[in-house]
Amino acid sequence: MITAERKPLAEIIDYIDNCRRILLVGCNECVTVCAAGGRKEVAMLASAMQMDFMKRGKTVDIREMTLERQCEPEYVEELAPFIDQADAVVSMACGCGVQEVVRRFRGKRVYPAVNTSFMGAAERPGVWAERCHGCGNCLLGLTGGICPIARCSKRLMNGPCGGSSKGKCEVSTEIDCVWQLIWDRLKELGIEDRYEEIILAKDWRTERGGGPRKIVREDLAQ
Amino acid sequence: MITDSVLEKVFAAGHIAVTGECGPPRGAMPEVVKEKAEKLRGYVDAVNVTDNQTAMVRMSSFAASLFLQQMDMPPVMQMVCRDRNRLAMQADIIGAYAHGINTLLCLSGDHPHFGDHPMAAGVFDLDSIQLIQTVKRMRDEGKFQGGADIKGPPKMFIGAAANPFADPFELRVARLAKKVRAGVDFIQTQCIYNMDKFEQWMKGVRERELHKEVYIMAGVTPMKSVGAARYMKNKVPGMDVPDHLVERMAKTPKEKQAQEGIDICVETIQRLLSIEGVAGIHIMAIEWESAVPEIVERSGLYPRPQV
Amino acid sequence: METFEPVIVAFCCHYCAYTAADMAGTMRLDYPANVKIVRVPCSGKVDPIHMMKALELGADGVLVAGCLEGDCHFKTGNVKAARRVTYVQTQLEEIGVEPQRLAMVTMSAGMGTRFAAIANEFTEQIRKLGPNPVAAARKAQAAPAPVAQVN
Repeated sequence: MITAERKPLAEIIDYIDNCRRILLVGCNECVTVCAAGGRKEVAMLASAMQMDFMKRGKTVDIREMTLERQCEPEYVEELAPFIDQADAVVSMACGCGVQEVVRRFRGKRVYPAVNTSFMGAAERPGVWAERCHGCGNCLLGLTGGICPIARCSKRLMNGPCGGSSKGKCEVSTEIDCVWQLIWDRLKELGIEDRYEEIILAKDWRTERGGGPRKIVREDLAQ
Repeated sequence: MITDSVLEKVFAAGHIAVTGECGPPRGAMPEVVKEKAEKLRGYVDAVNVTDNQTAMVRMSSFAASLFLQQMDMPPVMQMVCRDRNRLAMQADIIGAYAHGINTLLCLSGDHPHFGDHPMAAGVFDLDSIQLIQTVKRMRDEGKFQGGADIKGPPKMFIGAAANPFADPFELRVARLAKKVRAGVDFIQTQCIYNMDKFEQWMKGVRERELHKEVYIMAGVTPMKSVGAARYMKNKVPGMDVPDHLVERMAKTPKEKQAQEGIDICVETIQRLLSIEGVAGIHIMAIEWESAVPEIVERSGLYPRPQV
Repeated sequence: METFEPVIVAFCCHYCAYTAADMAGTMRLDYPANVKIVRVPCSGKVDPIHMMKALELGADGVLVAGCLEGDCHFKTGNVKAARRVTYVQTQLEEIGVEPQRLAMVTMSAGMGTRFAAIANEFTEQIRKLGPNPVAAARKAQAAPAPVAQVN
């Protein structure tokens, strides 16, 4: 999923301080799962904003809405009946959701309330960790199913640097050395000799090197 | 001989090679580079010039290497993958070679996290093994990484690092094999203090006969004080300083610790020279270049051969 | 000058604090009338939004009262409640509302005396803090209730 974290309240307030009517929009997908911008977080932020305004003797109307998927036009359309009654939209979706709202409602100010972080998985309840970098050319078949691009601090493709110590990364003991994980996994599978196959210099065009990316499925495209 | 590198000539003539290290200054101070290098003159065959060592901005490795080149002291230009993409790296390689710099050490580089610009983007377009491949292809095939022909290809003698003390230990020989497969000519290791572990690694290297395919230079660093010993033991990732050495430094009176550090270093080198497969010694006397002459002399590595 | 009488909302777990409050009553122990009790099936059922809304809508202090550690009828509801309280406190700090206005307390069903003591102490603590700045501002401008519409 795409993970996110809520921005500091002060930053959000700074965007909308001169607005009186806010449409606060969450998303039922990834940001709900990582507890950053689902229905509950929308309610919490609405309450916090409300209190912040009241405390300063100001009033604000906040309409809370949480869309099924803020990154898809058909759901974003649900905002249409309410958009004119808002001075600004505050989106708690990932950056994709924010921009879908922007694309649909030109001339409306739209502000992000979360920092979109990374593509990850829940390691345990309440803890999400990066797993995929979206490089566009998956290496997992060569690295025992564990990604060095997303999970090595130096995205080294051919093995651990000299800073790997007791299974941890030199950058922080909070970070697993992914090459230790890969090596352990290759051994478990009995294919550690695969390690010595050199992974060639990566073609980053499928990542960001080729500019913004787009996928077109001709059979589905309208 | 594949290059004009003095280091390669020393190896080829069957001598134990000796290299030193010069960390460029954090400012436009050519005299600092020259002073450091001058202290090493005559005692080493070539001098490593670090590339934004510990992720701190310094005079560029290329520029400082050039000063050494002009002083008739062959530089080993270090190049890390952290700060430049493959365009910039290949450009610097051609440029350096055009100025007569013919020995290059390919490194991943310390993570920006450790330096004075932790907010900087780490580039890591290539990793060290891919950089080795790139330099080899430039030299042997006259091709850029992207495939185009190079007019006047750079004939670099290609080095890389190895750290037998990092984890996972059992992968470390395989990692060396991978660098050999990528085309590396010589290796400089991390500073060796844990001799048992190094010997164990070398045993693995010999079992695969890798020492016959690559010149392995054993790395040493004299410890200036017990504080330095403890710092390296506890704070530097990938360093392995056994307790008995820290204790030996701690037992020595403060004013004699530097001398003790040199003694340990000389003893280490003597033991390293008895290990089959060690083709050279790389002395990293960081900010202590003046210790190098004594270390080299007492290790029986002086005078240096004329090649 | 009129004395400030704080409004305290206490979310009390049915299995412990609610019974303890009841017992305090039957024991005829004095505790301030300021404390308004909301019975919940478990302190773990108190969502952060409940704590926020209580303060947003005018409470001067909020108590979440659950079972003693290890005694939760639903195993770990009280532990979760304590973590949620800490989380909401960080949110309050961001708004500039004193985090001490919210507290987690634990007790058993038999601790009528403890309930009364806590109710007294907490009320005193909030009295010292003064009115909830949010409620005070609202009262001052006599604004209408906040518009919070949920789709």
